[in-house]
Amino acid sequence: MNPRIEVVALDCLMLRLFDEIAEANMPWMLAASERLRAVFGEQLIDLVPSYTTLMVHYDLTALSPGQARELIAEALIDLSPNAQTAGQCHVLPVWYDLSVGPELSLLAERSGLAVAEVIRRHSAREYQVFALGFAPGFAFMGLVEEVLAAPRLNTPRKKVAAGSVGIAERQTAAYPVVSPGGWNLIGRTPARLFDRNRDGYSLMQPGDTVRFEAVSHAEFVNLGGDDTPLEVRHEPTDD
Amino acid sequence: MSRLTIEASTPLCLLQDAGRFGVRHLGVTQGGAADWCSMSWANWLLGNALDVPVIEVTLGGFAVIAEDDCLLALAGADLGAQIDGQPLAPWRSFKLGKGQTLRLTQPLLGARAYLAVPGGFEAPKVLGSSATVVREEFGGLDGLGLPLAKGAALSYRGESVPLREVPLALRPDLQSNAPLDLVLGAQIGQFSGQSLFDVFNSVWTLDSRADRMGIRLLGKALQYQGQPMISEGIPLGAVQVPPDGQPIVLLNDRQTIGGYPRLGALTPLALARLAQCLPGAQVRLRPMVQDVAHREHIKYLQRFSNS
Repeated sequence: MNPRIEVVALDCLMLRLFDEIAEANMPWMLAASERLRAVFGEQLIDLVPSYTTLMVHYDLTALSPGQARELIAEALIDLSPNAQTAGQCHVLPVWYDLSVGPELSLLAERSGLAVAEVIRRHSAREYQVFALGFAPGFAFMGLVEEVLAAPRLNTPRKKVAAGSVGIAERQTAAYPVVSPGGWNLIGRTPARLFDRNRDGYSLMQPGDTVRFEAVSHAEFVNLGGDDTPLEVRHEPTDD
Repeated sequence: MSRLTIEASTPLCLLQDAGRFGVRHLGVTQGGAADWCSMSWANWLLGNALDVPVIEVTLGGFAVIAEDDCLLALAGADLGAQIDGQPLAPWRSFKLGKGQTLRLTQPLLGARAYLAVPGGFEAPKVLGSSATVVREEFGGLDGLGLPLAKGAALSYRGESVPLREVPLALRPDLQSNAPLDLVLGAQIGQFSGQSLFDVFNSVWTLDSRADRMGIRLLGKALQYQGQPMISEGIPLGAVQVPPDGQPIVLLNDRQTIGGYPRLGALTPLALARLAQCLPGAQVRLRPMVQDVAHREHIKYLQRFSNS
């Protein structure tokens, strides 16, 4: 770890802790987050974690840039990684099926594996939540096995169904709401990923871990899943 | 309680406040008035806290009918406001009698006008704010992120205060073409020498591809020569440069993290000014260090408390 504090805006500083994406970053990132929240207290407006950085947005009426820098430096004194990640472990049921995850066949073809084996391998690992972004509750998770890695689609879909589970490079994610998207879709989860009436709003938080569990069509529907196939477009006005 | 009914509206007429904070780590965007400065003046005219809910009208096409005798304030762009057909200049509070219609017609100067009422418009808070973010389905009159629609009822509970104007000397100058201050960011040194010259020494034209997420600037293509970046948090006003070399200024409804290199970020005052520019407008950028930008901002904020 080689921490640097960089200027990003009048009232924001970037704490850069690492230069590469790695699962081993996470205990350090969580420890730094906790410390930053503690030293800034009420003067913290937002703390935006990503894979290797923590962006600190502070109250510019209370702190000068110099004072904010000093607080960040203070938060880093004798920093040690969080021994046990405080994060929760979530199990997300997924109905892996070509009708809702059309790129299952593409991933099978690319990897030389059978579709069933692609599913088995995707659901075998426990993934880390590196960051939330793109949309409320959209969690960037990883890392998926190298053999399942695939680039984003050349042309993103205009509409990806809520709950869609996808892969991009060595990351995996689930779309909380209907949105445009370029990830390779492999299935769909009935889990409610973002709920404005829930404490903490987002099911997954940075530092949590996630395991996907293959469920049958019947179980998926029982859990409240919407099994409308992805590619069908009934509304002619859609585009 | 005093009430107004919306008689005409467009998808660009939105309930806004200062925005949504403390939730960026969940992927939730900031939202809020694109020209925070004019929103603040509109509220200041009525003695409100500067960040209570106002209506942001972009380009015009908005009208309300008073159901009771109402007190309102208008700041920001001159959108050709009229009360029952009679012209009304912005930067003042005014009365709208029961049955009278206030209409914002079309942009005469600037792009966004802010309409305030005593105490702010009544609206539920979603994740701590009433700011409307259509994409995320948060905020607005019903909390579901919908633009203001014809027929909707607006209400407020604040007390009436004496009429006043924003002193001329304190109003933002929407006429002149002042350069937009850019706080230099960490990747600034990784753009080519020629690009660094071009950023600050050429004219940038606002593209028509502009919304509350971002405004694209057209001009000389800028070259980033550093390593590809890993996605990281994006501040308000960040000026990112995608591979085509045409910078994009990221606004209130931007995504929370992203991986394009950045020149830095516009100051809040520069953003307020940019929010009043129409597509085709020409702007210049001026480099500024963080400390100076901070001092100037604090000085500006004193205008609201000293006047």
